[in-house]
Amino acid sequence: MKAFLTVIGTDKVGIIAAVSTLLADNGVNIEDISQTIMQGTFTMVMAVDLAGAKAEFGKLKAALEKCASDLGVEISLRHADIFNAMHKI
Amino acid sequence: MKMLNRSEILETIKMISDHHLDIRTVTMGISLTDCITDSPERTATKVYDKICSGAGRLVPVADEIAAMYGIPIVNKRVSVTPVSIVGASSGGYLEIARAMDRAADSIGIDFIGGYTALVQKGASASENAFMDTVPEALATTGKVCSSLNVASTRAGINMDAVRRAGRLIKEAAYLTRDRDGIGAAKFVAFANAVEDNPFMAGAFHGAGEADMVVNVGVSGPGVVKTALESIPDGDLSDVGETIKRTAFKITRVGQLVAKKAAEMLGASFGIVDLSLAPTPAVGDSVAAILEEIGLEQVGAHGTTAALMMLNDAVKKGGIMASQHVGGLSGAFIPVSEDAGMIAGASSGALSVEKLEAMTAVCSVGLDMIAVPGDTPEEVISAVIADEAAIGVANNKTTAVRLIPVYGKGVGDVARFGGLLGFAPIMKLNALSPLRMISRGGRIAAPVHANKN
Repeated sequence: MKAFLTVIGTDKVGIIAAVSTLLADNGVNIEDISQTIMQGTFTMVMAVDLAGAKAEFGKLKAALEKCASDLGVEISLRHADIFNAMHKI
Repeated sequence: MKMLNRSEILETIKMISDHHLDIRTVTMGISLTDCITDSPERTATKVYDKICSGAGRLVPVADEIAAMYGIPIVNKRVSVTPVSIVGASSGGYLEIARAMDRAADSIGIDFIGGYTALVQKGASASENAFMDTVPEALATTGKVCSSLNVASTRAGINMDAVRRAGRLIKEAAYLTRDRDGIGAAKFVAFANAVEDNPFMAGAFHGAGEADMVVNVGVSGPGVVKTALESIPDGDLSDVGETIKRTAFKITRVGQLVAKKAAEMLGASFGIVDLSLAPTPAVGDSVAAILEEIGLEQVGAHGTTAALMMLNDAVKKGGIMASQHVGGLSGAFIPVSEDAGMIAGASSGALSVEKLEAMTAVCSVGLDMIAVPGDTPEEVISAVIADEAAIGVANNKTTAVRLIPVYGKGVGDVARFGGLLGFAPIMKLNALSPLRMISRGGRIAAPVHANKN
């Protein structure tokens, strides 16, 4: 299953490291990554492949939510189809 | 995997997290024709079992889809074959209503629709007996919704049914007078009712439908308003185009969810209903879109034109986005469920007469309007007749969901709670239509109904 992960929040040291480590520990492959600071807000979009994920989708989301709370940012993980449906014809 | 544009990804996330984009309802239509017996008890048991087995997984499946795509699915509902048909042999209509309510509680859905009769041309003895039970069914169940189709473009208007509908609305409101007449909020009188409507109170599972069908209603007034905020100086062609593009995106999500839900539930994919359904939450208002287009407040002259454009652009954008479009498909203008409409009604900017004009150009009718508790039943019938005339003449669905609130008058507020919201009691014209309503009979189908 392909998904998009987004991280939005105040920039600080170690956001990418923390998220990437969590994904690696859970067997999630990062296929693409795009990160910028938009109007002072850290914004990152990752395309990920969950085919080899060790945890089921709900548990992975829960782990990401805990990571988000530790970092003080918002993290979302959604199946890629919702973005493809909306933006591709 | 091709990376989508970052701004596209973030746009989707903002639509959901900031602008109230949600799936308003996943509604499972279930045929009950195989539950018909000549015993009220056996029919009720079969109805309960069929709903629980057919839709038992509806709530967990909807929750799983909501988590996977990260989009809220606000309501999970079931619609069934009109109970006037299912119960005709046994006469056990109220037993069926209670079985529906118990089944709805067991499987954890929000509403169940189909306590319905289609009497646009005439009523059988069993349908007359069924209609007598509607007020009690509404008062003694929590989740059961009821509807009557009293008119159609092909059949004209059954004024006997219209008269009856006015009476049963009053009775349902009276029986639930301790809760501001909530019974009447679960009933709707239709012209040109559709068989695949996922929205309540008017959802029922038509006779032409498959055994189990998933119909999805999308929402997103807040998303449309936000899109329009980006073109404050655009002309009305730009406004229409922006609404179309936004409706396309909203509907694609509905299509995705509907197909996935049907697949997971082992049901047929029915339709996506392209309705802009508001909620009382701030930022989720159809009235606010009309005001963003450039009206001081909803109800101003220009409201009907703005609404016509909105409704048409939503359809044009949505039709290409879905394999099958159906249901009501248009902007809803319920008074109690839309913060902007509530404000318009409270300030006097919006009258019932203006709302009636608006219903000629949008889905679906005079919806969730609280009126004084002492409104005579023939006045309610006459409101239904006027609304049915608009639907019949314009070949579209129209509906009336009026709530007479006992003990309250113009200036008071009725409170229904939850998605049903609250509403100021609105003024109706007090002149008597009694002699016309008492005539009964039928208003013939219009000349343009004869298309064959």
